[in-house]
Amino acid sequence: MLDPVVLQVGGELFPNGISRYALGGLFVGLGVAVIYLGTAIPPGASTFLESTLSYFSGQSRFQKYVPSRDWRLVFTFGIVLGAASYALIYQGGAWTTAVHPWRLLVGGVFVGVGTRVGKGCTSGHGVCGVGSASKTSITGVITFLLVAIVTAQVVASLGVTP
Amino acid sequence: MSDRHPLFMPLILIGGILFGFGLAYSQMARPEVVLDFLQFEDFGLLFVMFGAAVVSGLAFFLVPRLRDTAPLTGDRYERRLKPFDRNVLIGGSIFGVGWGLSGICPGAAYASFGIGNVTILWSIAGMFIGAYAQGYWRSRVTEDAPSPTSAD
Repeated sequence: MLDPVVLQVGGELFPNGISRYALGGLFVGLGVAVIYLGTAIPPGASTFLESTLSYFSGQSRFQKYVPSRDWRLVFTFGIVLGAASYALIYQGGAWTTAVHPWRLLVGGVFVGVGTRVGKGCTSGHGVCGVGSASKTSITGVITFLLVAIVTAQVVASLGVTP
Repeated sequence: MSDRHPLFMPLILIGGILFGFGLAYSQMARPEVVLDFLQFEDFGLLFVMFGAAVVSGLAFFLVPRLRDTAPLTGDRYERRLKPFDRNVLIGGSIFGVGWGLSGICPGAAYASFGIGNVTILWSIAGMFIGAYAQGYWRSRVTEDAPSPTSAD
């Protein structure tokens, strides 16, 4: 059954194997499941941006997130802490990206606008929404996945590395 | 907020830790890995979103059949359903440009900071600027405030 050609194709598609991805994904899903089980909240990561802005801005758009802003801070702090514990256990110290700051900044602005206009991000739509079999979220995920692929390919073909 | 269950915040913290650990373990907290995926050099990332959605989907499916309300909030278990309109396509496209350019999305950005990637603060700053600009504009255009949703 496991013909060498199949294994080779698998190796090309998954040069780093799949276990780290699958296991990491299970932990992400577990985090969502634990919070949902206890609180009935399907948590996403991007509303933290608006809810935290409500501490600094009186804009009506942000004020509606005042009731949830404290737990969103705790959730985000938990994400940082969980990732830091990974770094301590497996990574053996800090890791820094080589992707240029301008790409990170400009990309971040687009992500910030897009996630708010589009009502969700990779966790809100991608994990919670897809997990709920929400047609809106599935459409959102397909949209941003396709556009991201095209964008990354265009940027790479223009010779921008990394 | 004082009427919250004493275990509410600890549970949110534990959930966040699991979530962040998973993002770091899956390497999604590294923009390079996301960019490799988007350039079809490593399809492993599909398993992150898929694996996570399967686990959360199982919880969303099973938990409401076992209980009516959540122990720590008393809220009813409901599906996360957001209304579809063209903003989902417009916002998703803008998000896609940003994700494809930087290799980073909100949750992964916070996790990236956790693995010691201080350079990612550029992205996090950018996200706040973008969210503020969008919120500022929305506050001007419409003053209608639909009830807050718990997701995203």
